[in-house]
Amino acid sequence: MRWLEYFVFLSLVIACARPLGLYLAALFEGKRVFFDPIRRPVEALLFRALGVNSQKEMPAGEYILCFVLFGAVGTIWLFALFLVQSLLPGEPAAGYLTTPMSIDLAGNAAISFATTATWQAYAGETTLHYAIDLLGLVSQNFLAGAAGLAVGIAFIRGFSRTDAAGLGNFWVDLVRATLWVLLPLSFIGSLMLIWQGVPLNLAPYTQAHTLAGEVQTIAQGPVAALEFIKNLGTNGGGFFNANGAHPYENPTPLTNFLEMLAIAIVPASLTATFGQMTGRPRAGFALFMVMVALFVVGLVVCDVAEQQSPPEFAALHVVGGNMEGKEVRFGIGDSVLTELVTSNGATGSTNSMPDSYQPIGVLVPLMGMLLGDIVFGGLGSGLYGMVIVALVAVFLGGLMIGRTPAYLGKQLRPGEAKLIALYILLTPCVVLTLTALALTTSAGLAGLTTNSGPRGLTEVIFAYASSMATNGQAMGGLSADSVFYNITTAIAMLAGRFATGAIALLLAGRLAAQPRLANTAGSLPDDTLLFAAMVLATVVIVGSLSFLPAITLGPVVEALQPG
Amino acid sequence: MSDEPTFQPKTLSARQILGARLGVNLRPALVGLLLLTVITGCLFPLALFSLGSRFFSDQVAGSLIVRDGVVVGSAWIGQGASAPGYFHPRPSAAGNGYDATASGGTNFGPYNRKLVDLVTQYAREYRKENGLAPSDAIPVDAVTNSASGLDPHITPENAALQIPRIARARGLSEGAVRDLVEAHTEARQFGFLGQPRVSVLSLNFALGQATVAAKR
Repeated sequence: MRWLEYFVFLSLVIACARPLGLYLAALFEGKRVFFDPIRRPVEALLFRALGVNSQKEMPAGEYILCFVLFGAVGTIWLFALFLVQSLLPGEPAAGYLTTPMSIDLAGNAAISFATTATWQAYAGETTLHYAIDLLGLVSQNFLAGAAGLAVGIAFIRGFSRTDAAGLGNFWVDLVRATLWVLLPLSFIGSLMLIWQGVPLNLAPYTQAHTLAGEVQTIAQGPVAALEFIKNLGTNGGGFFNANGAHPYENPTPLTNFLEMLAIAIVPASLTATFGQMTGRPRAGFALFMVMVALFVVGLVVCDVAEQQSPPEFAALHVVGGNMEGKEVRFGIGDSVLTELVTSNGATGSTNSMPDSYQPIGVLVPLMGMLLGDIVFGGLGSGLYGMVIVALVAVFLGGLMIGRTPAYLGKQLRPGEAKLIALYILLTPCVVLTLTALALTTSAGLAGLTTNSGPRGLTEVIFAYASSMATNGQAMGGLSADSVFYNITTAIAMLAGRFATGAIALLLAGRLAAQPRLANTAGSLPDDTLLFAAMVLATVVIVGSLSFLPAITLGPVVEALQPG
Repeated sequence: MSDEPTFQPKTLSARQILGARLGVNLRPALVGLLLLTVITGCLFPLALFSLGSRFFSDQVAGSLIVRDGVVVGSAWIGQGASAPGYFHPRPSAAGNGYDATASGGTNFGPYNRKLVDLVTQYAREYRKENGLAPSDAIPVDAVTNSASGLDPHITPENAALQIPRIARARGLSEGAVRDLVEAHTEARQFGFLGQPRVSVLSLNFALGQATVAAKR
């Protein structure tokens, strides 16, 4: 039955990709959309308030500046909120908020939510006020997500424009992404979650008098306001510590299914937007098929791994696969699907505990993040990550046939090639360096409080891969609320958000300035099955060259050790 | 790669950009943050709440179960029950067990000795409580911690193994208890989403009522 669910999920993502992608293309190109009578006056009003001339184009440098500036003001806003949280009115009562909001934790959490990583070194129900949940986290889930989508659209313009100096206007793209993409979808989605049982209120934590005659304090709050947008904006930071596994965040299999769709559909549809805006729908579709192929392979491998029981369960006559850290309503199937979608979708809202996964079961999400979350991926970042891998494939292909490589009529000259190489090298440099640092310092090793040995190593590399991919999911056994991890994961999150985004935009700026070469018989075909296979091979080659030694010491050694 | 580009894209130096553009873009950054935070962080939750509390008033409050004017739990949040006359939920790693302010799992890896010891202990207790032989298979959900520590469900297989114990403790027939379990078993949603599951809390409430009825 779970295979039917996997199939229905993928079918829906594929079915939604094209219509949604065409809508995004029309919206961000400023073409007519069906609600223009509402859109135009609202936008005019907002742009006047912002002091923005919507016709003004920004070159890549200014677009980057705005992207970073908006991230910076978001970070400062969150940081200030965290520091004054004890002065804020409302629930929950201070007695429940037992996690001290230290400077390093506040800084880490502020960066984390302003970069869509939403890595959480704290447990929501014992740390945050409802006021911060709404004014800080819900709003940044929208805004940081929208900023990522804006960058993705600007990146596409690098390929769709010729002889152009600009990549669009960041503020215009940001407002459109927030108001006309994330807000309406979130509203409908959140209402469906409420219908299924996700709470939304500002009441104190509930005191329940249980059957066993005890008092159970039930943490709750404005969960439904956060729940859908955290997935749609590919953020993923949970209201509660258990995130998508908590019954209030994710009460039924249907809510889980909707939340997974929320993560995947907009990033998936950006491939269609790419095809539409560049006038090469087949090229966008080829990239989409690469994503789907990688997704299916990961899903099958992870599913098979998790159906196995941990080694000593057989002697105890315990049957039914690996249910440690998984919920009964989801079973292994929904848990694996969610792990795949959240790990590849730059959204850490898991509904199970990856730290209790089988070694190969955890290798799959880890690889997804190390490859930069290019399968659907984050809003915007998934698309430019995948296109840049495709550019590496074009470059390798060009070397083989001895031509100046070109993709969609845009040439990859030395300047472009350097940016591509920089982009590809950034993740291994940051992730492996920080992992090595953590494993050779006592401050880093102090985090390994739950598991040790190869799984401990996996926990550390997982933490940095997750931060770098702005994913935010964690193997929860790592005790990450320390000065060391709060600073190092923040570095990885900043690099993963702004360094990769800036490189992608610089590349787009150079490509937009180029004329478009005519396709000739000698050009490398960039929309065929062969090309898709080359991109797939490039993913495998780049991924294994960069990370094989590290993952061998972690999940692979663990899988090979005698049970 | 010796061919020089025939054009030079116009690029500004970092200092030029910062000097000329930071001032221009500071206002949209600050006003944008303010206005969009009001829209997404205030108006959006408010609109959701006004619709949600109108049409789904039970859900927005947390699906609380009220008996005789007292909140006894939430339909979604598991709670501990160790008496032999109640169906037992899964083991819980939330605080000291089913602490609904401390959700979470054990995070033990499958090769972690602590996991093996824990499961061995749970399995021994489960066999003893339910009169199972050492070679009888135990459904894995009965002896593992969930991800949230608040899992409100158990599998139908787990519930079935507990039926004889409950019937004995409450003086009910096994058939009567089995009927109750079936009535509180949810099928896969729409026939294909998720897993069949038994809601422990609502089942235990129903058990209490059935016992009262049987004694009359």
